[in-house]
Amino acid sequence: MKFRTRRTMLYIPGNNPGMLQLADIFGADAVLFDLEDSVAPNEKDAARDLIANMIRFREYENIEITVRINPIDTPYFDRDVKEIIASGNLDAIRLPKANSAKDVKALEKLINKYEEEFKIEPGSIKIHPMIETAIGVIQSYEIASSSDRIDAITIGGQDLTANMGVSKTKEGKEILWARSQVVMSAKAANVDVIDTIFADINDEEGLIEETRLIKSLGFTGKAVINPRQIKPIHAVFAPSKDEVEWAFEVIDAYEKALKEGRGVIAVRGKMIDPPVRKRAQRIAGMAYLMEQE
Amino acid sequence: MKNKLGVKLPDHIDGIGKILPYKGPFARVRGLKKEGLTTTGVKMRSSLPGKKKVFKDLKKVIELSGLKDGGTISFHHHLRNGDFLLMNVMKVLDEMGFKDLILSPSSLTSAHQGIVDYVRKGVVKRICTSGLRGELGKFISKGNMEIPVVIRSHGGRARAIKSGDVKIDVAFIGAPSSDREGNLNGVRGPSACGSLGYAMVDAEYADCVIAVTDHLVDYPNTPISIPQYQVDYIVLTDKLGNPDKIGSGSTRLTTNPVDHIIAEKAAKLIFNSGYFGNGMTFQTGAGGASLAVAKYVADIMEAKGVVGSYAIGGISSYIVDIYKRGLFKKMFDVQSFDKGVVSSLLNNEDHLEISADFYANPFNSGAIINNLDVVVLAAYEIDTDFNVNVLVDSHGYAQGASGGHSDTSAAAKLTVIVAPSFRARIPTLVDRVNTIITPGETVDILVTERGIAVNPKRKDLLENFKGKGLNIIDICDLKKKVDKITLKPRMVEFGDKICGLIEYRDGTIIDTIDQVIE
Repeated sequence: MKFRTRRTMLYIPGNNPGMLQLADIFGADAVLFDLEDSVAPNEKDAARDLIANMIRFREYENIEITVRINPIDTPYFDRDVKEIIASGNLDAIRLPKANSAKDVKALEKLINKYEEEFKIEPGSIKIHPMIETAIGVIQSYEIASSSDRIDAITIGGQDLTANMGVSKTKEGKEILWARSQVVMSAKAANVDVIDTIFADINDEEGLIEETRLIKSLGFTGKAVINPRQIKPIHAVFAPSKDEVEWAFEVIDAYEKALKEGRGVIAVRGKMIDPPVRKRAQRIAGMAYLMEQE
Repeated sequence: MKNKLGVKLPDHIDGIGKILPYKGPFARVRGLKKEGLTTTGVKMRSSLPGKKKVFKDLKKVIELSGLKDGGTISFHHHLRNGDFLLMNVMKVLDEMGFKDLILSPSSLTSAHQGIVDYVRKGVVKRICTSGLRGELGKFISKGNMEIPVVIRSHGGRARAIKSGDVKIDVAFIGAPSSDREGNLNGVRGPSACGSLGYAMVDAEYADCVIAVTDHLVDYPNTPISIPQYQVDYIVLTDKLGNPDKIGSGSTRLTTNPVDHIIAEKAAKLIFNSGYFGNGMTFQTGAGGASLAVAKYVADIMEAKGVVGSYAIGGISSYIVDIYKRGLFKKMFDVQSFDKGVVSSLLNNEDHLEISADFYANPFNSGAIINNLDVVVLAAYEIDTDFNVNVLVDSHGYAQGASGGHSDTSAAAKLTVIVAPSFRARIPTLVDRVNTIITPGETVDILVTERGIAVNPKRKDLLENFKGKGLNIIDICDLKKKVDKITLKPRMVEFGDKICGLIEYRDGTIIDTIDQVIE
């Protein structure tokens, strides 16, 4: 089984061909080609063409390809969805300003249509709603559970603080509640949950501190705006040696129990139930990735 | 005839003479004893006690030097893009009516584009250099000089001067500081540039040495990089160069993430190569990914508690910082890359100034690079035989420098080339480089952002790298991967005229600069 994780999702402006072609060399788990905030209105069409063709022809290696499209209430929404699905090699669409389940449903409908039109495997393209308004935070569980296509939700700190009428600080106290709420919704819906960006690319210590915080809150990954931010984040998400050993013990014990037809197993004196086993598999997968890096 | 790398060469070129074909990196070095060469004599000079050496008038001194039409004049390039001296001297020589001179500087920079005019006027007939840039490089690559330019490595130039292949009639030495007798150094004065390593060879073997300075100090001027007994005249000038362009305050590490990806991989390779450990010796380039390799290697050294023997080459303040962290015991400095280095060279007894001869000459009894473990170098182009081009750009114009590239590649136990697999859609990795500066048989590893290739002749390295998660692939497969992205660019068209000869460090000809057809 291929283990996929989203510790880091690297934003790349959609109108920057030099950066687009480099997307898969920095070791990010996923790339986030952006058509929204980093692309000026008069560049939207060119960026959309560029991204679609880049995905179509460039054969990126070992990286999840996602695109942040323009929000539902913009004139670019439909064409964004159509053109990038037509590219044929898309993994997920990030939907900015997802305020309700209705928004997700609208995108889902379009994806259904274009998957069929371009003969893409039905249901293969995922949706990553971006929670970045107060109403979105409040309705985050409804959003997260609104479609089978959703396998991650994300939080957007800049827009959210703007919507709340406060400034975004480095400490991030103002979005602590929102972060916690979004994590809880994601856990309840059983999907990944990705944190917002850390804006100061020169502050590695600050980045590490924030990543520790969001990891402890339950986030499974973080969006990044500079390749330099990838390594420190992966280091924070890396399991400890003891965790890895424990994970392999759990997996071994489970396989042994399966062979012997036993139902209940224990490792290090503690009972192992399915959620614990799942966690162990995740840690083992992470350890494998770290070794590759 | 063809040389070992299949490059077609004439037996003889008018104005240059007999052409020796390249036969392998150490073929001539091994057979040198049989050749029985001797170092040519330098014209004996004498000096009566009390003789006045300091002059204000450059013209007068040039008259005294005995320079004639067709003579060879030399300069150093330690003042880099800030150098005023070379162009000032050319102006005076033109005014004095000199013709057909052989211009033989250690290299040429963007400060020297005006040479084109003096070639057109017939003041300069031939050029020997390490590098060519800007309009001058284009002018030459278009076939505008009758006699091909000769490109030499730093070690190769020292060899050529010492052996008499290049006989310098008058060496003009830009001296950031001098006393009245001509004791020179590069570590004092407004035009301080650090090491005078290239100029040391000129001072030793020229028939006449003219030092030009904007900073005359009380006798004796110490430290003495070039001693008074080699200096015939001292000429005072207002400004030797533009300090802002001689060098920046300090060399900063690249912020380009691709450079960092490459550098990190290269450091990991070096760590696993078998050459990493206490007492290791190390050289790296001055910028981009190659300097960044120094950062990552230093970090690993620190983490593992390893202390190297020496760092060598062009020294930048970044290397000085690594020394200060206690990671190398000494620094050998043939050329200082920024002003931060100057005070270190002046004040630190572990920071040693060396000549180009000492640095890299293959025809002496032991250059420092002969003990070099690891060198990290850049490339404009590299081919599937690992041959490297650092001179001719993708348009076919000479826009770079041979420098110490082929010297250190030949000598070092491990030669690592770091380069992005393509730049602005132009692939770096090609079937055959435009112009070979460094032969592939002296190159061990290519590190790009998309994969690492090891020269198949280095089976020992391939063995060391096994199971280290280093993603090593065959260079031809790496090329295919890159070609798929860039597609094949249209090749530059070249004519038959030879515009330049690439002289290997041992004096044989390894390749040519061919005429660009526009």
